[in-house]
Amino acid sequence: MFARRALILALAPVFFTTACSSSHSQKTSTLEVYAASSLATPFANAGLAYEKAHPGIKVEFNLGASSDLARFVQEGAPADVFASADVANMDKVETKDLLASQSMIFATNYLEIIVEKGNPLNISSLQDLENPDLVFVTTSPDVPIGKYTAEVLKKAGISITPDSLESNVKGIMLKVASGEADAGIVYHSEVIASDGQVEGVEIPAELNIVAKYPIGIIKNSVNKKQAQGFVDFLLSTEGQVFLTQYGFGVP
Amino acid sequence: MSHSRRRRQKLPWQIVLIAAVAAAFFLAPFMGLIWRTPWSKFADIVRRQEIRDALWLSIKTSLMTAIICCIFGVPLAWLLARVEFPGRRFIRALTTLSMVLPPVVGGIALLFTFGRRGLIGQYLDSWFGIRLPFTTTAVVMAQCFVAMPFLVITVEAALRQLDSRFEGAARTLGGTRWYVFRRVTLPSIRPSLFAGIVLAWARALGEFGATITFAGNLPGTTQTMPLATYAALDSNPESALILSLVMIAIAFTILIALRERWLGRTAQGISL
Repeated sequence: MFARRALILALAPVFFTTACSSSHSQKTSTLEVYAASSLATPFANAGLAYEKAHPGIKVEFNLGASSDLARFVQEGAPADVFASADVANMDKVETKDLLASQSMIFATNYLEIIVEKGNPLNISSLQDLENPDLVFVTTSPDVPIGKYTAEVLKKAGISITPDSLESNVKGIMLKVASGEADAGIVYHSEVIASDGQVEGVEIPAELNIVAKYPIGIIKNSVNKKQAQGFVDFLLSTEGQVFLTQYGFGVP
Repeated sequence: MSHSRRRRQKLPWQIVLIAAVAAAFFLAPFMGLIWRTPWSKFADIVRRQEIRDALWLSIKTSLMTAIICCIFGVPLAWLLARVEFPGRRFIRALTTLSMVLPPVVGGIALLFTFGRRGLIGQYLDSWFGIRLPFTTTAVVMAQCFVAMPFLVITVEAALRQLDSRFEGAARTLGGTRWYVFRRVTLPSIRPSLFAGIVLAWARALGEFGATITFAGNLPGTTQTMPLATYAALDSNPESALILSLVMIAIAFTILIALRERWLGRTAQGISL
């Protein structure tokens, strides 16, 4: 009696782990795509299209600030694909030799000022952001959007003290869309994806930047073949439609 | 409520084994932090202005939160424990809801209530010119929202267990309701009250999600230690490690000190 109980106890962890792993059925393989939060909408749609065309493959996304994702990958997170909103964060992964092959640029983007619907403060240029009463939010310069914003403001010769350093693009969008902040600077694609929640104000090309989005397959991926398939799809004419549809440029 | 000394029991080894696994599960992450900490840079990083700002802001806001939770939480707990009124169960569920909600949800709710375009916030702005988001006040509000339930449920439990005959006796001896509450009720629940305050304070000190969503993240104004730690993960992972250790050290020291002092023998049921 005692021995049997002890045996059950000793084996409990084994049962537990097998029970967990059996839920991952052998038939479908899941692709873990770590993507910058600005890619949320086009990737969700591209993922659905890819799943439809390839039965048995499930594409899951882990969306966040590229810097967070780069850190997860460096700490050995089970990612198959990493799509960053800037080259710097991809470099962090690439220089540590964590990619199966060289990363490739698959999309481009540029920046736009965002203001509350109806533009109540009549903001029409970067200069208008210098008003000290205006509530301006961005991210820390370690997040791509914060770094790009700093570059654009520098080019325009403007210095602004932000009222908050949000953790990612979505934070900036939320604060402006809810009217808490008067203005922010985000990717053009975000303005398109917001579907009228915020209003975009163009930044002239000579002051703007071109954000390059690199994508790479993680060396430790157990689904390298499927991962390559998904990356190829994103780079194909068919896949690029999902990106251009949401205001991204293609290389 | 016996204070008899417990005899050293022989526990079944299976239970000891499982308990050891549980304890190791809590210990291991600290070892992980300590293992990766760049000790040589400790002094340099702790002396940085932005770190000291964050530390000071955290201490200031969490203490204010503890005080506010105490002022408002004790009467609420008393109401919930002692007064029968319609909707009491609903109110109780409501006040403890933020314990189980993801703090980010609390932050969004606060934003859409007290924000500049929020349910109440729009009037605060247009009538009084008060804007809460991106202010230190917003940090305290976010902390109170998530921390107060800890005080309320601890104090409520104590009030329920309290033998109401003592209060009855005090009343028959001519004490006013307020006098009895102050001189009989409060002293009897003192250990639980301290436990509740400490729990609420500790929860406030660690608050992240509601703060970053409602109050934003600006060094010196709304960037508390947890937010600074998170921000440092991007810019300087080494200082994130050191910040984490500083927070652990503060919380741990105070929890141990308070436990010895206030919660030692008297608060068996609700000790930390």
